[in-house]
Amino acid sequence: MKRAKVNQGEDLQEYKDVYVIGECLDGRLHPVTLELMGEGRKLANQLKRHLGVILLGDGMDEALEHLQDYDADVIYHLKHPLLKDFSTEGYVKVLNDFIRGNKPEILLIGATSYGRDIAPRLAGRLGTGLTADCTKLEIDPADGKLLQTRPAFGGNLMATIICPKNRPQMSTVRPGVMERAHKLAEGKAHLVTVIPELEPKDIRVALVEKKPPAKKQVNLIDARVVVSGGRGLKTPEGFRLIEELADVLGGEVGSSRACVDAGWISHAHQVGQTGTTVRPEIYIACGISGAIQHLAGMSEADYIVAINKDPEAPIFNVCDYGIVGDLYEILPAMIEDYRKRKEEANHA
Amino acid sequence: MNSIVCIKQVPNTNEVRINQETGTLIRDGVPSIINPDDRNAIEGALKIKEELGGTVTVITMGPEQAKAALREAMAMGADRAILLSDRAFAGSDTWATATILAAALDKIGETDLIFCGRQAIDGDTAQVGPELAEFLDIPQVTYAKEVVVEKDKVRVTRYGESGDYIMEAPMPVMLTAIRELNEPRLPHVRSIIEAWEKKDIEVWTMEDLTIDPTQIGLKGSPTNVFRSFVPVREKQSEIIQGNTPREKAALLLDRLSSQKLV
Ligand SMILES: Cc1cc2nc3c(=O)[nH]c(=O)nc-3n(C[C@H](O)[C@H](O)[C@H](O)COP(=O)(O)OP(=O)(O)OC[C@H]3O[C@@H](n4cnc5c(N)ncnc54)[C@H](O)[C@@H]3O)c2cc1C
Repeated sequence: MKRAKVNQGEDLQEYKDVYVIGECLDGRLHPVTLELMGEGRKLANQLKRHLGVILLGDGMDEALEHLQDYDADVIYHLKHPLLKDFSTEGYVKVLNDFIRGNKPEILLIGATSYGRDIAPRLAGRLGTGLTADCTKLEIDPADGKLLQTRPAFGGNLMATIICPKNRPQMSTVRPGVMERAHKLAEGKAHLVTVIPELEPKDIRVALVEKKPPAKKQVNLIDARVVVSGGRGLKTPEGFRLIEELADVLGGEVGSSRACVDAGWISHAHQVGQTGTTVRPEIYIACGISGAIQHLAGMSEADYIVAINKDPEAPIFNVCDYGIVGDLYEILPAMIEDYRKRKEEANHA
Repeated sequence: MNSIVCIKQVPNTNEVRINQETGTLIRDGVPSIINPDDRNAIEGALKIKEELGGTVTVITMGPEQAKAALREAMAMGADRAILLSDRAFAGSDTWATATILAAALDKIGETDLIFCGRQAIDGDTAQVGPELAEFLDIPQVTYAKEVVVEKDKVRVTRYGESGDYIMEAPMPVMLTAIRELNEPRLPHVRSIIEAWEKKDIEVWTMEDLTIDPTQIGLKGSPTNVFRSFVPVREKQSEIIQGNTPREKAALLLDRLSSQKLV
């Protein structure tokens, strides 16, 4: 195979439109797909171009039907029996052929473990740059180029990356950050089925077994949401409530050292100087006073919520949102209200 | 079974501080370490060598100081270490870095397994491994949490958000290691001393490699940094006022959902 090269002085004007690659594995549509469509639409509108959505696979009619309810100019279904299961090489081959034929100006992919597997390989084959895990995308009003902003050095620094000489401009986009696509008021998005060329010999790595998701284990470091309990719980049973809130919010359970020392919960859950340092999007401290050793482990969270019945508790000095009150009253109300909101959203 | 492990020396980002005025990193006094996922990659290669024989070569692109990372890898048990260092390499993005590594791997010649860490803690891109595999035209399995060599095949358990996949790959293959793969060993004091005293590090420059100069360095990189800045975080605590616990809970959820947090 001949290696692709960058900086070959190609005509950038030939590239038009914004394409996003959806993720649908084993018939399940990953939520990042709608987020890519929402963001893609915004960029396409600014550039006065079309938005194309690419979905690869076979036997995923339900997912396609669902996607057609959302705002996109065209949905391209790259359909082939060999695409039924995920493979880096199969996906990259058909995407490369398709992108070279259609020449989008911008190409977005979800920064999931699959998106981050195929995107660099695809960029390598297309001969273009790629920016990883973007949290903000904008069009430069001066010349229409894509400004791709992402965190670096553990979030200490933000960097805006550009890809001036090669097309498409490719980004993987962090899940959960961008606004989802709108549902169409009426009608359906246009669906085009494409049958790509693909042979078994193109795929050298075989998928031999799919394992169900592992049973729950403590993973504080990667958690997007951490709900922590402190001595204010009063009893070990209090952690059931903490767990319930963590569950509905899709998060993990943390703890102050006081509860670990009391034997209410294992050390794996301890947040702080002598426990784990966490950097979630939301940290919810319930019945935790906010000792400096605890703060050392969670002050870098994007948003800190504190629930404590003592208005003078130091935790209120570092929180974004605070509630003065009894956690045994506040938490059940939060759980109930959140469940209701989720149900309503599902019906909408 | 011969393996090559691509590693990177990174500043320990837990200790990185930012000069708020200039928006630049304060690197003074920040220790450099082997990128954590890369340690799992080294350990993965060493385990296979112990079981099946063969050699482990570690390779890194970087300045002279990056030799320290290579010495540490040799102290862990790597047999051979290569530093890719040249002014022309400076400012390389992932494309350019993978181009340079691919040229070096071509020069090393036949290999069975190529290990990389999933991603480096300074840039967090996770791109160099797959780009390297693409340039070498070999298959890849990323997010490897278990690797077993079976005759002429490798069986890899690949992490996935909604359950793991077990993949079977021919060799040579490029694997990226995640933390779950293993527990990296700590080198013995004796092997640390040996690695510093006895073992040589080969240094390869542009002249040793066959590289198209238009594909590397700051100029050859398809992506450029347009600007960088310190994220502003003005903390303004809001104590949520409400008459009942229900009302307070609802107001809190409103705040969080307006920030798209829940
Ligand atoms: C060397 C060293 C290392 C340490 N490392 C750590 C560490 O890694 N992590 C850590 O967490 N601590 C650590 N500590 C301990 C730390 O100093 C504190 O003692 C500990 O964090 C206190 O835990 P707490 O906030 O749960 O308990 P407390 O300080 O007792 O606070 C309990 C809070 O609950 C509130 N409350 C009570 N009832 C209710 C209710 N019904 N509803 C709402 N709020 C209520 C109270 O107002 C109070 O603010 C360390 C200490 C030392 C000396």
